[in-house]
Amino acid sequence: MSAIDYSQKIPNNVDLSADRTLQRALEQWQPNYLEWWREMGPDGSLDFDVYLRTATSVDPQGWAHFDYVKMPDYRWGIFLNPAEADRRIHFGDHKGEAAWQDVPGEYRANLRRIIVTQGDTEPASVEQQRHLGLTCPSQYDLRNLFQVNVEEGRHLWAMVYLLHKYFGRDGREEAEDLLERRSGQQDNPRILQAFNEPTPDWLSFFMFTYFTDRDGKFQLCALAESSFDPLARTTRFMLTEEAHHMFVGESGISRVIQRTCQAMNELKTDDPARLRAAGVIDLPTLQRYLNFHFSVTLDLFGADESSNAATFYSTGLKGRFEEGKRADDHQLKGLTYTVLQAKDGRLVEREVPMLNALNEVLRDDYIKDSIGGVERWNKVIEKAGIPFRLRAPHKAFHRNIGSQAGLKVSPEGQVVSETEWAARVDEWLPSATDRAFVTSLMGRVVEPGKFANWIAPPMIGINRQPVDFEYVRFN
Amino acid sequence: MSAEAPVDYQTSPDRYRHWKLSFDGPVATLAAAVDEDAGLRPGYKLKLNSYDLGVDIELHDAVNRIRFEHPEVRTVVVTSARDKVFCSGANIFMLGLSSHAWKVNFCKFTNETRNGLEDSSRHSGLKFLAAINGACAGGGYELALACDELILVDDRSSAVSLPEVPLLGVLPGTGGLTRLTDKRRVRHDLADVFCTTTEGVRGQKARDWRLVDDIAKPAQFAAKVHERALALAALSDRPANAKGVHLPPLAREIDADALRYSHVAVAMDRARRVATFTVSAPSGAQPTDIAAIEAAGADWYPLALARQLDDAILWMRTNELELGTWILKTEGDAAAVQALDATLLAHADHWFVRETIGALRRALARLDVSSRSLFALIEPGSCFVGTLFELALACDRSYMLMLPDEPERSPRIGLTAANFALYPMVTGESRLARRFYDEAEPMAAARAAAGTLLDADQAMALGLVTSNPDDIDWPDETRIAIEERVAMSPDALTGMEANLRFNGRENMLTRVFSRLTAWQNWIFQRPNAVGEKGALKVYGKGEKVAFDWHRV
Repeated sequence: MSAIDYSQKIPNNVDLSADRTLQRALEQWQPNYLEWWREMGPDGSLDFDVYLRTATSVDPQGWAHFDYVKMPDYRWGIFLNPAEADRRIHFGDHKGEAAWQDVPGEYRANLRRIIVTQGDTEPASVEQQRHLGLTCPSQYDLRNLFQVNVEEGRHLWAMVYLLHKYFGRDGREEAEDLLERRSGQQDNPRILQAFNEPTPDWLSFFMFTYFTDRDGKFQLCALAESSFDPLARTTRFMLTEEAHHMFVGESGISRVIQRTCQAMNELKTDDPARLRAAGVIDLPTLQRYLNFHFSVTLDLFGADESSNAATFYSTGLKGRFEEGKRADDHQLKGLTYTVLQAKDGRLVEREVPMLNALNEVLRDDYIKDSIGGVERWNKVIEKAGIPFRLRAPHKAFHRNIGSQAGLKVSPEGQVVSETEWAARVDEWLPSATDRAFVTSLMGRVVEPGKFANWIAPPMIGINRQPVDFEYVRFN
Repeated sequence: MSAEAPVDYQTSPDRYRHWKLSFDGPVATLAAAVDEDAGLRPGYKLKLNSYDLGVDIELHDAVNRIRFEHPEVRTVVVTSARDKVFCSGANIFMLGLSSHAWKVNFCKFTNETRNGLEDSSRHSGLKFLAAINGACAGGGYELALACDELILVDDRSSAVSLPEVPLLGVLPGTGGLTRLTDKRRVRHDLADVFCTTTEGVRGQKARDWRLVDDIAKPAQFAAKVHERALALAALSDRPANAKGVHLPPLAREIDADALRYSHVAVAMDRARRVATFTVSAPSGAQPTDIAAIEAAGADWYPLALARQLDDAILWMRTNELELGTWILKTEGDAAAVQALDATLLAHADHWFVRETIGALRRALARLDVSSRSLFALIEPGSCFVGTLFELALACDRSYMLMLPDEPERSPRIGLTAANFALYPMVTGESRLARRFYDEAEPMAAARAAAGTLLDADQAMALGLVTSNPDDIDWPDETRIAIEERVAMSPDALTGMEANLRFNGRENMLTRVFSRLTAWQNWIFQRPNAVGEKGALKVYGKGEKVAFDWHRV
């Protein structure tokens, strides 16, 4: 069909060189993808040689191959976890039947919607983050940003693979649309609102990779249970990469805290004004950023009572987090789950059918998981001997989706009046002043081994390289 | 009721239980003599010339035989062989015992048969005269309404009536309401009185209200009928001395999952709930002149095809309710179909060719009203050309394979003049005109393309197919489309398809199939008709109907 040597250009374990469907689709899509990357990928980075991890196969040696690469030449590949012999559907109405190797026509529309919605977040986050390279706090962090970016790109490839391979012409059109939408563009926005908000600074970036990429992890975990086997296998491999993104977020915030605590101890103060004057981010500001990103990410799980969630589960398209480890009947008919609802100025618990509450179930699993990182951050503060503790806000705080949408709830979970909210919102969410301050810290530091004043260096470098390793060659 | 033996639409006069067919020069007489003990299903008696599906299957067969076996017949007198009763309509006890699906299918077929009378009158000069020689109620009057002329015996007792509403809590749903207004132009307030009066209207008043064309005293009745029959015959151009074409029983193999005829095969995939109809093109030398066509008779390809297709559609519609999606395919030589169309068009005025075209037209019209999803798959080796392309045009969607790397293997479709002229839908429009809303530009483009064989890309550009996947996309595109379709609500699909297929002009027949049938099918589901104390259920049991008085 064409002269492209696919196995060289596109590392894969889907026998691309023998798959005419995929080749034909990619022949069109790959150049458009590269064009998108050039236009919307990291600003001004096309010529950089970046020390990147590239997946060349799915075995443990193969998926973490490090070398310098220009990002447009990155070998975005197509990898599925190896097939499990005789995999059976293990939840929903089709439980016990053989997993689907093709899209059942009956579920075409819902599967396409799930895949497109997931796929759309991947390029969206690259777009959201495209200017961050201009204000990086170090080469080490710049490289991590680029690693996250190319892997979001690969995750787009993973979803596009499914569209190309299993959804025919319609799938190809959807794949094109994934390159056409633009984060934050009014007339042509990304699908989910959280992915239309800019990532304006590195503190937001770290918060985003910790909280929002963790939402990605939970969504992928739920899809990794899918009865549609290619989706399950694709998402399982994506999860191996997602772990690094959350590491970037968790360690990034941790290093910010470490630097702040260091300044607090040196200056012997917890006065935000003095700490800001010293060029570090005070802990209450970090708390407000945390509140913001945590609450915005909770919205991504969708409404707390959802007919789609019930349908997706019962039809076997999307399972729960760690479905296989749960000890119930995996059909959930007749079971209930507790959700929160405002009543007479208070939040009250209400039992709703479990199947309809599966977004809430996943959200609660996510909350448990994300609080773990908050505790680890508190260990850093504790170690520095400072009595301040970060806290994840109440799950009803600052919500815009579900039955708590628009409700004014404090981070502690008290329903408050509009007046009280207005009076205290700057205590709870980043104010314009906070954002302006954080922005003022964002200067570009690119000398190997040097770090911006507001963040501590990491303990070790990437791939056991030294911290002052030349992670990016700017040419 | 459909759990019993399958319904077979094949019959012949020697097996008739319900009709007597006699011939007198240009006039045939079709007299109802319904055997009350010969219902198609157990549980009811066909008293007073009431009918069930079995009676109508004979009527359908009889009319077909007149069309083909008796070219000299120009007028068919529809009458009764019984004293004092013409026909009392569909058997109420049968309706009370029937499933909803059975009722709907029964009404559809009886509608088609009545439309077929009008179709023959309009297209091939076969006229129908209802000689109403006794009580004529409900479906009996609806049958009469489908005739060109109605003559009622004026004996001070015989009345025409549509008592469905007051007596049975349902509608005169086999065209009755619609023909009263659209065909006979009965004033709506008089129609209201008529349709709510159980005893009906007789004599002069029936004529004054336009319910019948004429009345005659018993002594003059026979002469009047004869006179009018000859007058109608004078309007016809059916030949006096032509030799009829005998319609032998169809050679047919019926397996558990297949129907096979010489030109039509139906394969049933019960797991997928899909039936695949494959229509084969003529093969070998085909007659091109009238002598050869007449010599071929019932074996002449287009007539054989029409009869086989008609029988297969009826069989599948009645006996295979769960096979909700029909895939239509063709196989054979496109040139042979083009040649066939040339022959049909060259001799379209000859009575036998004209009747054959009519049989195809009516078989195709059955597809239009079949409550099944129809998808055409146009693959290599197919011959969706001209007459056979009508099958694709009748479908809800058509998928045509494009082979960019193997142009010589690519399937091709083609239009012929037949697509524009020979097979109008009941709307009077060709399916092409329906497809393009008769807009000048696409119709002109289609006309310009007639005679050319078109690959999928060309067909797509002209709007003649729904989708043109290439060989890479084909398996998944078609599989997913079919799987998606079969998963949807059969009721919603039936409603949607009926709406989209009849998208343009309305006429009396579309109103019968849409407004009247849809209302009837709603009423058939309501407790006021079929609940424990519903009117259909308690009829004749001496119990009182219990209506839910809420107007909906």
